[in-house]
Amino acid sequence: MLALFYAFISQAHGRSFMPIAGTKVAQKVDSLYSFLLVISVISCVLVIGGLIYFALKYRRKTADDKTAYISHNNTLEFLWSFIPFVLFIVVFAWGWLIYRDMRSFPDDALEIHVLGKKWNWDYQYKSGKRTTAELTVPVGVPVKLIMTSQDVIHSFFIPSFRIKQDVVPGRYTALWFEAEKQGRYQIFCTEYCGDQHSAMLGTLNVVSLEEYETWLGDNPYKGLSLAEVGQKVFSQKCTVCHNVNDQRKVGPGFAGLYQKQRQFADGSQAVADENYIRDSILMPQKQVVEGYPPNGMISFQGQLAENELLGLIEYIKTLK
Amino acid sequence: MAVTTPESEHNYLNHEKGLWSWLTTLDHKRIGIMYMVSVMFFFLLGGIFALLIRTELAAPGPGILGDGQTYNQAMTFHGAIMVFMVIIPGIPAFLGNFVLPLHLGAKDVAFPRLNLLSWYCLMVGALITFTSLIYNGSDTGWTFYTPYSIEHASSGTVWVVLGAFVMGFSSILTGLNFIVTTHTLRAPGMSFFRMPLFVWGLYSTAIIQVLATPVLAITLLLLAAERLLGIGFFDPALGGDPVLFQHFFWFYSHPAVYIMILPAMGVISELITAFSRKTIFGYRAIAFSSLGIAAVSFFVWGHHMYVSGQSELAGVIFSFLTMLVGVPTAIKTFNWVATLYKGSIVFQSPMLFALGFLFLFTIGGVTGIMLATLAMDVHFHDTYFVVAHFHYVMVGGTLMAIMGGIYYWFPKMFGKMYSEGMARMSFVFIFTGFNVTFFPQFVLGAMGMPRRYFDYLEIYTHLNQVSTAGSYMIGIGFVIGLVTIIQGMMNGEKASDNPWGAKTLEWQTASPPPHENFNYEPQVTAGPYEYR
Amino acid sequence: MSTGSVSSTEHHHAHHFNSAEHEFDASMLGIWLFLCTEILMFGGLFVAFFIYHAKYPEVFAAGAATLDWKLGALNTIILLISSYTMAMGIHSCQTNKGKKAFNYLAVTFVCGLGFMVIKAIEYSGKIGHGFLPGKFFHPHDATFEAANQALYYSFYFMMTGLHGLHVIIGMGLIAWVAIRAKRGDFSSKFYTPVEGVGLFWHLVDLVWIYLFPLLYLVG
Repeated sequence: MLALFYAFISQAHGRSFMPIAGTKVAQKVDSLYSFLLVISVISCVLVIGGLIYFALKYRRKTADDKTAYISHNNTLEFLWSFIPFVLFIVVFAWGWLIYRDMRSFPDDALEIHVLGKKWNWDYQYKSGKRTTAELTVPVGVPVKLIMTSQDVIHSFFIPSFRIKQDVVPGRYTALWFEAEKQGRYQIFCTEYCGDQHSAMLGTLNVVSLEEYETWLGDNPYKGLSLAEVGQKVFSQKCTVCHNVNDQRKVGPGFAGLYQKQRQFADGSQAVADENYIRDSILMPQKQVVEGYPPNGMISFQGQLAENELLGLIEYIKTLK
Repeated sequence: MAVTTPESEHNYLNHEKGLWSWLTTLDHKRIGIMYMVSVMFFFLLGGIFALLIRTELAAPGPGILGDGQTYNQAMTFHGAIMVFMVIIPGIPAFLGNFVLPLHLGAKDVAFPRLNLLSWYCLMVGALITFTSLIYNGSDTGWTFYTPYSIEHASSGTVWVVLGAFVMGFSSILTGLNFIVTTHTLRAPGMSFFRMPLFVWGLYSTAIIQVLATPVLAITLLLLAAERLLGIGFFDPALGGDPVLFQHFFWFYSHPAVYIMILPAMGVISELITAFSRKTIFGYRAIAFSSLGIAAVSFFVWGHHMYVSGQSELAGVIFSFLTMLVGVPTAIKTFNWVATLYKGSIVFQSPMLFALGFLFLFTIGGVTGIMLATLAMDVHFHDTYFVVAHFHYVMVGGTLMAIMGGIYYWFPKMFGKMYSEGMARMSFVFIFTGFNVTFFPQFVLGAMGMPRRYFDYLEIYTHLNQVSTAGSYMIGIGFVIGLVTIIQGMMNGEKASDNPWGAKTLEWQTASPPPHENFNYEPQVTAGPYEYR
Repeated sequence: MSTGSVSSTEHHHAHHFNSAEHEFDASMLGIWLFLCTEILMFGGLFVAFFIYHAKYPEVFAAGAATLDWKLGALNTIILLISSYTMAMGIHSCQTNKGKKAFNYLAVTFVCGLGFMVIKAIEYSGKIGHGFLPGKFFHPHDATFEAANQALYYSFYFMMTGLHGLHVIIGMGLIAWVAIRAKRGDFSSKFYTPVEGVGLFWHLVDLVWIYLFPLLYLVG
């Protein structure tokens, strides 16, 4: 009987549809989930099975069937209040224990700052290195994410690690995990944040400690031409709102932008030269092209290194 | 009394004539019918938005709705319409209005004018909500989370907020009216424990409506002020706390979930007893569990906020209290199943919906326990698992009960019968379509697909396609249901006063009932389900 | 079935009630429930007040210092008097003294008016200094240390504004029952409207009793 139960549990485990479990905490969550699935299936079978059985067995046979007059049964009612109650308390306590693990931050964790914004994730490492969209962490080391948002509430979710935390403007929230396997994992934003909410995706790249350290000290643009640097920056920071062809997305498409005549909302105009592109990235509100909302573009002031900025300008010049 | 119609033909429908007599009526039955028409209209609108959403999600990438902005508007209107205009007024204001005084043996509700006013509040509130469409619509979702709703959302948001505010008054007035009616207008002999369980459900609901809705009112008022004046209560840029908004919002909106389900549970108690011709099992347990759910419902709002940044201790307490709500809910379910035992069961369409309710609500219930569990919810929160869960409870629960209730009381309302075959067909489509639509969403949620996503990863495609196919089945099912109802109203066969052989008071008067419900003063000498 | 025709000597209860007492009981229950909703609505505002008061005590202290507690106290006294005259008005109705009831209710109305006039004086003072809620807060003759001083005035105007709205509604209701009292509509057998309006007025008074120390004194 017990063996059967165990087999059932492991079966449920295998078919739970959860993404692969990447941490110890995730495995614990999955055990609880399997247990919940099993008792849920049993309760559903009992209730729905009982329902169907009674409905068929006691279906009306003649127009004036007599039915039993059963008003209540204290023992039964006590049992089906008490047994669920005990089960609920077990589940509650189990969930609490795992939750405690999720929320107990190891002292020696590697701290990384996360900034959520419409519609991207920014990561700031202690070394001063800063990346967008892709979070790189070492395997087997506890990592603590200290998170805040610069605009609306976002939520940081790594399905494979079964952890999630809202990222709230005006305060810091935190998450921690210790990845067990190297690999790339999906990151979602799970708090509704506007037009591109479903495009606010990210990747968690778990690498070996050595790789992490080289990466951290590494120049990500080593051996790249300026335009290639720009292409890389563009693909990380700009694609949510801009196309590389001439189609408008949120902002304009960039093909053929360089040297084009720009007509502004205030009536003035200018040619899109290097200075114009630079200003548009750093001070987008200064000159807004006619037909675009005044606050459509966020400022990247302080977020781009000089070589990244130059790279972007060079890259945009190559788009024809 | 009008003398032109013979006494036997005289009823509330022909008591007065003309549109104006409806718009100014103080008769609870007529107000109930007006709610029926308006709720069905809103349901149609909300349903169209639902089908648009599902069609968009049939494949990854932009589809019928084109871009995220439009999708978010559709998602917001689907939610706001279904919550504030369909499910909340659906059972209390529509079925409850028609049935409550009949159930109690009263001539009307305690305050007929307030009753009419509450219908107008719903209409005006709905109108204000739809006004937002002129001002760029609204894209906050029905939850209006700050700071998104303050500065980032489209400009029509404040109209939706004010519309919900006005509709809140409708809910408060209905609740207040029902509490007073239940206390003061019971027929001679109708003690509290002789009241039908639908009345207990409505009464518990009314308590929540009266005590929780004012908090929503002030919350929405503050949110509107935040948008118009920048008062800084919920805006972090001004030193406010966006999470406080969530506390305020869910302090109402979680009890509101029980505003949606408690009366549905009441309807189910009526249907199960009538169609198994058997007394309810555990009358007092069901009655008190309604009150118990209503009471605990005020202390569980924080389970919507496990990952919001509220304190961990709060999460633990709310998880525990939420588990407590599970107990009375389980009691009810077991009692309904036990009622079937040794009954004489017929599968008329209302009973099919009641059994469908039990089936779906059980699944909604066990997944609710999963979500109440702290560590599980961290994974499931804001994924399609939650979407599937609350649709199982709200649609699988409340809407099944509304459909069952309409078919059950239809002969009483109109004195006519609908086509049983078509009603059953609507059930088959709704029930099957519902499972096809929403069961895959549990799997999507477990796989990690977040809710309110306009676009999704490739791996979620197949299940989303299944879900979309299911939604069309539901759509067909409800259209059949609508046709059944309209056809029954137009040229249904004449119904007898008590076609189901039920024992509650409304079946002892004529179908449709006379203007003042009973042509005699009802005397109650026994409980509501005396099938001996 | 008309419930509108009320004779001056006898009140006909609505068709679905058994008797006038029956109707009175139902009405009172309804009014008490309504008062519950009012308390919960103001309650939400008070909860927000306590939370932010705990979070930014200096903002509230600086804000309270700009209010004139003497005017607040005067308004408190005015409302307390009005509650007394309201109670006397109800009593006069119950004891069949319609004319006397009218006088009491008229005094109550005048008290409400006085309250609103003093409120208006206070408001215009605040507006003159630019102490407005939220984004309209532009003090031109005072400086505050806290960056979010506007928060205090948001609370001040939201709370007193919502309360003031209730005072105005209450005055309208009092005028209505006063006229009916003069017409002789009320008697020891029927005084539901005046009793209900009285309860509402006491609630409005009660809310002010809490608002006054919170906004003017605690700081």
